[in-house]
Amino acid sequence: MRSPSSFNHHLGRRKILGSIALVVFMSSVVVGILGLVVLLAQVLFQGLEWLSPELIFNFPSRHPEQAGLKAAIFGTLWLMGLTAAFTVPVGVGAAIYLEEYATENWLTRLIEVNIANLAGVPSIVYGLLGLALFVQLLSLGRSVLAGALTMSLLVLPIVILASREAIKAVPETYRQAAFALGATKWEVVRSVVLPSAYPGVLTGIILAMSRAIGETAPVIAISALVYLTFVPQNPLDRFTVLPIQIFNWIARPQEDFRGLAAGGIIVLLIVLLSMNALAVFLRNRYQKQSVE
Amino acid sequence: MTKSLISVPTTNSDEPHFRRRSKTWEGGAAKWLFLACALVSILTTIGILVSLVINAWGFFTEIPIWDYLFGTRWSPILKPRDYGVLPLVSGTLLVTLIGALVAVPIGLASAIFLSEYAPDRLRRIIKPVLEILGGIPTVVYGYFALTWVTPQIQKILPDLLVFNALSAGLVLGLMIIPMVSSLSEDAMLAVPRSLKQAAYALGATRLEVSISIVVPAALSGVIAACIIGISRAIGETMLVTIAAGATPKLTLNPLESIQTMTAYIVQLSLGETPHGSLEFNTIFAVGLLLFFMTLVMNVGGHYVVRRWGLRYE
Amino acid sequence: MTETRKGLGSTTVPKLSVKEHAAPGESPTVITVNKLDVHYGTFCAVRGVSMKIKENRVTAFIGPSGCGKSTVLRCFNRMNVLIPGARVTGEINFFGQDLYAAEVDPTEMRSRVGMVFQKPNPFPKSIYDNVAFGLKVNGYTGNYPDAVERSLKRAALWGEVKDRLKENALQLSGGQQQRLCIARALAPEPEVLLMDEPASALDPISTLAIEQLINDLCTDVSIIIVTHNMQQAARVSHETAFFMVDDDRAGYLVEFDDTSNIFTNPNDERTEAYITGRFS
Repeated sequence: MRSPSSFNHHLGRRKILGSIALVVFMSSVVVGILGLVVLLAQVLFQGLEWLSPELIFNFPSRHPEQAGLKAAIFGTLWLMGLTAAFTVPVGVGAAIYLEEYATENWLTRLIEVNIANLAGVPSIVYGLLGLALFVQLLSLGRSVLAGALTMSLLVLPIVILASREAIKAVPETYRQAAFALGATKWEVVRSVVLPSAYPGVLTGIILAMSRAIGETAPVIAISALVYLTFVPQNPLDRFTVLPIQIFNWIARPQEDFRGLAAGGIIVLLIVLLSMNALAVFLRNRYQKQSVE
Repeated sequence: MTKSLISVPTTNSDEPHFRRRSKTWEGGAAKWLFLACALVSILTTIGILVSLVINAWGFFTEIPIWDYLFGTRWSPILKPRDYGVLPLVSGTLLVTLIGALVAVPIGLASAIFLSEYAPDRLRRIIKPVLEILGGIPTVVYGYFALTWVTPQIQKILPDLLVFNALSAGLVLGLMIIPMVSSLSEDAMLAVPRSLKQAAYALGATRLEVSISIVVPAALSGVIAACIIGISRAIGETMLVTIAAGATPKLTLNPLESIQTMTAYIVQLSLGETPHGSLEFNTIFAVGLLLFFMTLVMNVGGHYVVRRWGLRYE
Repeated sequence: MTETRKGLGSTTVPKLSVKEHAAPGESPTVITVNKLDVHYGTFCAVRGVSMKIKENRVTAFIGPSGCGKSTVLRCFNRMNVLIPGARVTGEINFFGQDLYAAEVDPTEMRSRVGMVFQKPNPFPKSIYDNVAFGLKVNGYTGNYPDAVERSLKRAALWGEVKDRLKENALQLSGGQQQRLCIARALAPEPEVLLMDEPASALDPISTLAIEQLINDLCTDVSIIIVTHNMQQAARVSHETAFFMVDDDRAGYLVEFDDTSNIFTNPNDERTEAYITGRFS
């Protein structure tokens, strides 16, 4: 019954195939990393010489040596500030509802499906929404306020997701202890869940903002400008942001502006790096705290 | 009434009732407030649909939808005017196809390496690096495509135009590698260890276990990862605006300059076209089509996971 | 009459045919263990195990939880080396050849020492593909459908599934899935079958079916079964090894003898204490 000779294990061939496969798989990872390295090298190579105080403190100009990011930096600060003001309360509120109050019914499912879908909508479509709703219908004009409202809708799914994770991570025993002492649901949320989830929520907000800083398309649809030489004085002013200014410089044919664009990119990447580092630092500190 | 030695605050027997009532009032208001926040998501979706449809309506009352969806020439501004969207769609799909050809094999292979081969220490280093790729703003990718990728390819293919679909597609692929890789890796890591152990116990090599057991078991997750990556590629704006060109053209030649749906919307937004005009409403018509394309893909991706996923036990 | 079969690596090792089996108690040895230690990092999981497993017999490993029974079992098909930090010292010989020698390829060796796991773990493929997998990776040169049918018959599952081989294996009941896993493990025609608590996740009726199966299979396959069910060990095995765990959580072999002796007249008082249920 047993006929072991009818197996041809082909060990040599399988081993060679295995080695080739390993090389192929590793190369794929290397390709990705190499692409990143080349990209960063190109940016640094072209942009380092353009890093100067003029880059930060000047307004854009037709002369590359005098051109700067001042309008864009202020515009970005205005936009981020207002966006956070809108998206944080709404996003955290939605997360609180979904985690603490919602039951398994059709409405909850509908909300969750919507959030999942909205995360996949192209950002330019949000720009069109903002254009139709905030710029035109609500007559906010092409203002930084309209931009902020649009942006806050764009990053809302990120804030909601991160806040839900942070709230989920609060141990059930904390809640039960508070309930046992006679607290109402709202009191439990306010005094136990939120303070405990706060670092995780903050990390999520920082990550959402770092995504928002790099978003160009919706802002273009709202502001319709790429060349601006003033800073916003109030929420209804026009504005521009860092990535748009970079885009404007890239689109110009002169070689110098390419270098300026690279310089602007370096500034943008430094800002993003700092924000992500901050988020990672907070996340680590939060994890240490909860272990105690 | 005897005075007690210990002073005790006098309690009005009515107080607890008052407190409880104000508690519920506050708590009730809080719940509705949070519900309103959650409903913003539904309102957003409705808002997107409504704003796109209402503004595109102005377009569709003048241009028959048949001409729009199947016309092969897109020239809404310059005479002779034509409103066939197919050149924009083909531009989007051409760039997306090139991107998918890059990202799907590389992303899948990376996922296999990270989940089946790489030791834990190595994974912990590589994963964040790949995630950085996903966090870089897309204008930077556009810059990279225009100033480095195109000149490099031009050394090999001198016929390549400055604005072309190939460079944009390649860089687009690079950009969505982390998405495909990370989601596929999650799907593969979810395959139970016991299945892999049974395969090893039968005398299978690591490659055989990965290809014959892990990938088929994780297939629904892998397909969903690809679909989501492709959907992201379809919606990508700044990279293609900078690098792929502004000439709508129905072509499959990646060396040519094309225009994607998203790039067109940007182009018109920056122009002088008056609001409410037919020309302006074209961005809503294109936006509506774009929205539906990505919606179908995203819903399709979720459906794939729900219907064919997680059938291990 | 002897037939030579390919040994591990590339040497040939003479093998006794079935006819020459001596009386029980004098069976030839299929696996020899000599002073086996297993370490996970700095932790010693198993210490100083020595035993001789007889060919075409059922050997049971019993003992309290955590005493290293499964760890020793997994040494026999080099599965424990899949755990990072695992170190095996000592000697394990398979038909006289060192299992852990450098020239022995674990991939090939695992086709000769099969394994069945505690929780049934069929692949999410069809019933046919589950059994055929072992044939495919090991380069079976014969007729696949015949071989699949043979394995399923050996596992006493053929009758129940012969009309639905293309169906997904996960549609089967727990007991059927485990028999499918046994059929799958038998497809590469291993000489030894390792079973790690194969019936502990099953209902009593399926358990009896598995035990009957073990009885029928052991005429062609040497079976080593880990079980925490003493009565099962008594019912099923010819020889039993009793393990215990030390104060420093290292497992060791207390006694290894014919099953009848272990359960009626053990040599060691610790064995007797375990058998009579004083601890478990």
